Amino acid sequence: MRYTQFTDSDVKHMLSTIGVKSIDELFKPVPAGLRLKGALDIPSGLSELELLDDVGALAANNSPCCERVCFLGGGAYDHFIPTMVDSLAGQTEFLTAYTPYQAEASQGVLQLFYEFQTMICMLTGMEVANASLYEGATATAEAVTMATAITRRNKAIVVDNVHPDTLSVLKTYDRDRHVETVAVPAAGGVVDEAALRAALGKDTACVVIQSPNFYGCVERLDRIIPMIHEHGALAIVAADPLAGGVLKTPGEFDADLVVGEGQCLGIPLQYGGPYLGLLAGREKYLRKMPGRVVGVAEDAQGRRGFCLVLQAREQHIKRERATSNVCTNQGLMAIRASIYMAAMGRKGIAEVASQCFDKAHYAADQIASLDGYELAFDAPFFKEFAVRTTHDVPTVLASCRKRGIEAGVHLGRFGDRLNDCFVVAVTEKRTKAQIDDLVDALQDA
Amino acid sequence: MSVVAEMPQNTTTPKLQQHDYPTLFEIGSKGLSAVSLSKSDVPAVDRKAAVPAELLADTTPALPEVGELDLVRHYKRLAHRCFSIDENFYPLGSCTMKYNPRINERAAAMGGFANAHPYQDDADAQGVLELLYRLRCDLAEIAGLPEVTLQPAAGAHGEMTGLMIINAYHRARGENRQTVLTPDSAHGTNPATCTVCGRASVSVKSLPNGRMDLDDLRAKTDNDTVALMITNPNTVGVFDETIADVAEILHAKGAQLYLDGANMNAILGITRPGDFGVDVMHYNTHKTFSTPHGCGGPGAGPVGVAEHLRPFLPVPQVVKKGDGTFAWCSDRPDTIGKVRSFMGQIGVLVRAYTYIRGLGSDGLRDVADKSVLAANYLAAKLKDRYPMPFPAPYAHEFITVPDFAGADEHDIAKRLIDHGIHPPTMSWPIHHCLMIEPTETESLRTLDRFVEVMLSIADEIESNPEVVRGAPHTTPVGRLDEVTASRKPNVRWRPE
Ligand SMILES: Cc1ncc(COP(=O)(O)O)c(C=O)c1O
Repeated sequence: MRYTQFTDSDVKHMLSTIGVKSIDELFKPVPAGLRLKGALDIPSGLSELELLDDVGALAANNSPCCERVCFLGGGAYDHFIPTMVDSLAGQTEFLTAYTPYQAEASQGVLQLFYEFQTMICMLTGMEVANASLYEGATATAEAVTMATAITRRNKAIVVDNVHPDTLSVLKTYDRDRHVETVAVPAAGGVVDEAALRAALGKDTACVVIQSPNFYGCVERLDRIIPMIHEHGALAIVAADPLAGGVLKTPGEFDADLVVGEGQCLGIPLQYGGPYLGLLAGREKYLRKMPGRVVGVAEDAQGRRGFCLVLQAREQHIKRERATSNVCTNQGLMAIRASIYMAAMGRKGIAEVASQCFDKAHYAADQIASLDGYELAFDAPFFKEFAVRTTHDVPTVLASCRKRGIEAGVHLGRFGDRLNDCFVVAVTEKRTKAQIDDLVDALQDA
Repeated sequence: MSVVAEMPQNTTTPKLQQHDYPTLFEIGSKGLSAVSLSKSDVPAVDRKAAVPAELLADTTPALPEVGELDLVRHYKRLAHRCFSIDENFYPLGSCTMKYNPRINERAAAMGGFANAHPYQDDADAQGVLELLYRLRCDLAEIAGLPEVTLQPAAGAHGEMTGLMIINAYHRARGENRQTVLTPDSAHGTNPATCTVCGRASVSVKSLPNGRMDLDDLRAKTDNDTVALMITNPNTVGVFDETIADVAEILHAKGAQLYLDGANMNAILGITRPGDFGVDVMHYNTHKTFSTPHGCGGPGAGPVGVAEHLRPFLPVPQVVKKGDGTFAWCSDRPDTIGKVRSFMGQIGVLVRAYTYIRGLGSDGLRDVADKSVLAANYLAAKLKDRYPMPFPAPYAHEFITVPDFAGADEHDIAKRLIDHGIHPPTMSWPIHHCLMIEPTETESLRTLDRFVEVMLSIADEIESNPEVVRGAPHTTPVGRLDEVTASRKPNVRWRPE
């Protein structure tokens, strides 16, 4: 492939305009001793057909979960993606534009991000949201940074039933940024309120709670958040943006910041990324937020427009005093999510949430009635739940896979403690017949 | 053909009412949706029995309610109000707005990649693992460094990952170094990354010729220096030939040389960071390797490291096993850990792989040649009217500091919009500059038209400066009052 368009005579003309004899002369500043001798050790270029064969063969050498019936979750879900999303987000005006620094030339996407921010507020019950971060775990790390800046305290408490990657990422970030993250153990799958109370102190900047958590359990935010506030700490809730169709939003419980993984909003699984980091919060924290934020502005004639606002928070203005180093974020994923939310609308999103809830509960009831299987926890859940079994979990999952079913995510892969458990996610896409097949497969395993 | 845009049109347009550019929340009607969902075929659960009443929603989120056709028109109209590479020349310096090949999109959309779950078995993901492994190796070869991690989500995230690796290295040697040097011309993410990594950034001066001031560097490098974060070719568009000396000054004090790889486009196959003394670098796949910018992401920021830093790379790493199969490996006791959830921006990495393998070693080298040729050609054509503070030859981009009495760099940038050209980067890395990066994928015709437009604007500033100062005239809105917009931010729609 070649994407350059200069002909040999173009090159000649250009060189003579510049006043050099060869392209090589333009590389004069690179000292001879530092020049690469010979060519890079990378295969030579391919034609389009050869390239399609090469990538096509690699694509074909996967057996994507969606070729089977997929009950895998753990932060990445097989939700239905309406045709509208690919069709409209695929417009190359969106695909091939840069971050909208030049407002007049970017009104379309600026308005789109404004709408995105608004809809994320609606789903989380918060007052303001930014225009995206990388993904759920780094969004959580950014929220912790925000909380330490707001409270001027440096201890973060994290309940250990959050996504394991969130815990890992917080640990990685903390080592260098002088924040101390303390993991408080969960009990019965949910926050151990006594342990949390004991851990809270005057130095606590924030508590990170995921609800529904990694095991699918819904947390008692109604009791936990007031407890956090009593200590002057901020409540950061990692939420499933779809859960608002069935459950109260974190905002209704007075959460200070809401983070989340937005993959469920119309983004394909893609083997783990690119996904969409969500960050929403109370209005009074807007100036401490990281990332792009779009707002309404007027031109000299009083016409409504949109532009990036509060840029003085960001690295290109504030440099080492910026709220974060984030620059490129997940623009196109926010565009997808926006189109997904708009296409679903109020009715659609409620229906998706409701079906996830009903189907997950149907599946849980059936599985729990099998010999050798029980629900690992009795806390309420939304679309995902943990199953404990007396059988060997990898064997069970492998046997389901042979029958064309991805039955769930083995919790043993994240540590020994729940080695006898796996988590089953049931989206609105699953049918009763598919769930019944899963139940049969588990029974036979 | 006249290159001068049509005369200002909207100066005579009556003030547009709000509903002329309605948001989603201002269109639609109660009960509409653009999606047809299947009916549930399981029994409805008694929610009150399943969830404590305190946790149950009383209502549903008030998302917009719009029918399918109106929604299509809405997003179509929004798309029309964006400048993009597919429609416009986009010489945005430092951002490498090159053509984003269609075939990349086709590759990433292949079901074997797009529909794979991050927790499915390695055995069911051999193709994507092999792709990632090959990409990892190709990027290591291009960098001249032994190992690359594909995990970071963007350039700035790569910077953070790299600096964390360096911090871990110093820690492992029992050192607690606290200052990171950044050139005064550094991109904002460099100093911001220092803060994210709990380190103080100290600025190093540049010389009038755009190169690093080695005396200042020597004076500021000591046993507390973590690293220098440098961009080379640097942000003013020149390759710093003293780079080997820079590396030596740092290494003599045990400090590391970090390369911001934003400008790799200019040196692909010409010279390799590992060969000029770099210890850690990040790539921006969304610049150098043509993955689309998507209105600000997703990108990817793979990080390459020298031998002594390999133990600290993030996990998991994609590896090739003895039996020829591929797997994720987390066996790296000194790792900094994970820097994001799951394994990376896989869909973006598939595009980068497709680009690299499509071009091959010869094609990559051609990218460097042609991007440098294009930049130097534009500079040569513009230099009489647009002063350039740094001496040619340039790498893949160059800087001009326009010096007109009647209009400034902002005005010129905004006037370009009227000609269908996206403005260059403005006012960075030096005051009042324009940073112009044509990239290798434009035709000579497009470059010549740009020159013509730039020269016409220079004339216009002399003959009719108000037109330039009032630009843009052809956009849905004129220059916006960003100050008021930030003072009283309205960042979400609310019903009246
Ligand atoms: C020189 C330089 N460094 C770093 C970055 C940050 O990269 P990213 O936007 O991918 O985070 C950019 C681009 O925005 C850049 O131009």
